[in-house]
Amino acid sequence: MNIVVLVKQVPDTYSERKLTDADHTLDRESADAVLDEINERAVEEALQIKEAHGGEVTVVCMGPDRATDAIRKALSMGADKAVHLSDAALHGTDAPATARALAKVIGTVAGVDLVIAGNESTDGRAGAVPAMVAEVLGWPQLTYARKVGIDGSSVRIERETDAGVLTVEAELPAVVSVTEKINEPRYPSFKGIMAAKKKPVTVLSLADAGIDASEVGLAGAASQVVASAPKPPKQAGVKVTDEGEGGVRIAEFLAGEKLL
Amino acid sequence: MAEVLVLVDHVDGEVKKVTFELLTVARRLGEPSAVVVGEPGTSEKLTAALGAYGAAKVYAAESAQAVQFLVTPQVDVLAGLVQRVSPAAVLVPASIDGKEIAGRLAVRTGSGLLSEVVDIDGEGGGSHSLFGGAYDATAKVVRGTPVVTVLPGAVEAEQAAGAAAVEQVEVPAATGARITGRQPAEAGDRPELTEASVVVSGGRGVGSAENFAVVEKLADSLGAAVGASRAAVDSGFYPHQFQVGQTGKTVSPQLYIALGISGAIQHRAGMQTSKTIVAVNKDPEAPIFEIADYGVVGDLFKVAPQLTDEITKRKG
Ligand SMILES: Cc1cc2nc3c(=O)[nH]c(=O)nc-3n(C[C@H](O)[C@H](O)[C@H](O)COP(=O)(O)OP(=O)(O)OC[C@H]3O[C@@H](n4cnc5c(N)ncnc54)[C@H](O)[C@@H]3O)c2cc1C
Ligand SMILES: Nc1ncnc2c1ncn2[C@@H]1O[C@H](COP(=O)(O)O)[C@@H](O)[C@H]1O
Repeated sequence: MNIVVLVKQVPDTYSERKLTDADHTLDRESADAVLDEINERAVEEALQIKEAHGGEVTVVCMGPDRATDAIRKALSMGADKAVHLSDAALHGTDAPATARALAKVIGTVAGVDLVIAGNESTDGRAGAVPAMVAEVLGWPQLTYARKVGIDGSSVRIERETDAGVLTVEAELPAVVSVTEKINEPRYPSFKGIMAAKKKPVTVLSLADAGIDASEVGLAGAASQVVASAPKPPKQAGVKVTDEGEGGVRIAEFLAGEKLL
Repeated sequence: MAEVLVLVDHVDGEVKKVTFELLTVARRLGEPSAVVVGEPGTSEKLTAALGAYGAAKVYAAESAQAVQFLVTPQVDVLAGLVQRVSPAAVLVPASIDGKEIAGRLAVRTGSGLLSEVVDIDGEGGGSHSLFGGAYDATAKVVRGTPVVTVLPGAVEAEQAAGAAAVEQVEVPAATGARITGRQPAEAGDRPELTEASVVVSGGRGVGSAENFAVVEKLADSLGAAVGASRAAVDSGFYPHQFQVGQTGKTVSPQLYIALGISGAIQHRAGMQTSKTIVAVNKDPEAPIFEIADYGVVGDLFKVAPQLTDEITKRKG
């Protein structure tokens, strides 16, 4: 079972996130960057499948140089190797072009049976890259999995959304995305952290991956941000201390606002 | 006038409210055509409602297979229509399914994608609210047919008469991942979280699953949906689908009441665009008070039941 895990480095949600004034892209320098939490779970799921069925886990990441930290984290958890698509021309790439580029990179990994991604990232929240990667590859999409099972040459998941829980099945190769509820990711051990330093990370430029620079970046984007501005933070209103009348006070406030 | 395709969100033979919002927005860009993908006989039940919100046409794409495959039948049908009628735009609800459908459609048709917009102007510029409402941005599609997902509850649905002329379209033979089992979510008596005009949420401070009855009682007195913080969900107090925040639902109701929630940045990301925010927390330093229009420093087990009684009294 050869598994590719798609991982993304994102600004830490605890730090302030901004857009650059110059071109309205995410200001990646202004915030601490971390391996997206959901991708730790994607790596964990891949490792569990490898432990049960054998094979190899390859981490694939598209992002700037410093995304190496996120890749090392995934390797220290136990992934075997990594491919990092890194090129200055990728700056500003939109979601469909990201999916096309990731599909190209997946194509450089030999004999892939399964791609595992997070269901949505905490920065873009497109929640659609895994589905779009499946579209480009022409592979079945089994997304928003709270449970994944492999049986011979087929994969079965439980997809949990607002609409309820669906059981979804397909033949391999396939693209799976996992939700927060899938597992608890392991902590990298000291041994794992040391071993990760020696694991192979192939860095690809656009040319290496066979991607034309005109297909990506701000120039290649099929949508453009034309304006952006921070919203003035919401102001605090009234704060009172409950002295036995707190509930009544709220009701009076709501009535005054015509909310009752 | 160019057509604007609107993918219809429907469940149990009823049109979901977000569809009416999409039809309302679609009228700014052209003539709305509703696209129904479902089992044979589905569109018949939906046509009148779609017409009441201005659908000039209803494309009925019906087959047994349409509900047996994940997402791909909708993509196939929309892609076929995009090619045939060259619409001014395709509008899809920003639900989980909708975002995946829209993403695949954009890839297949070589088009630009605008995700989770809260409004669209007549020129097709979509407004976004980023990082949980900390930023506003406007984006435009510059290539192909704009494919836009619109957040539920972001625009007010307005009725308008439409002819709702039904046209059958074929559902291409499906491929992809097959749906082999289905446990629909229990509808319950409360409004849906993302559609509700009032949301009452509980956090870790609620303390237990049993204690969530305090949150539910207040919600029911207001006809509200119930939400929860991730800490409350992770502690097993309330089911996951009710989580509000960055990795849960984004809600933007008229009124949001937070009980025993500290107001961590990731929770605020899912609720800070609410019109009015009320918070009850026993810690006067809790960050939720920074964004609350009305905050009460106190014990939620004293304040919330009193508020419930007071509301019941005023309404009764
Ligand atoms: C990547 C990531 C994603 C996340 N996504 C989400 C998300 O989607 N949604 C989310 O909510 N969180 C999310 N979190 C978690 C978030 O950081 C907080 O941990 C969480 O929101 C805290 O929930 P809480 O406010 O209920 O709990 P706490 O922070 O523990 O706060 C409980 C509050 O209850 C008060 N309290 C206790 N007892 C009472 C009482 N009797 N009466 C009144 N007040 C009382 C306390 O004073 C305290 O302020 C995420 C975190 C990360 C890292
Ligand atoms: N630049 C990227 N590199 C690698 N994986 C990505 C990238 N962007 C998105 N993904 C994958 O797609 C998932 C969902 O992201 P998104 O659709 O952007 O919300 C992430 O959790 C990753 O697994």
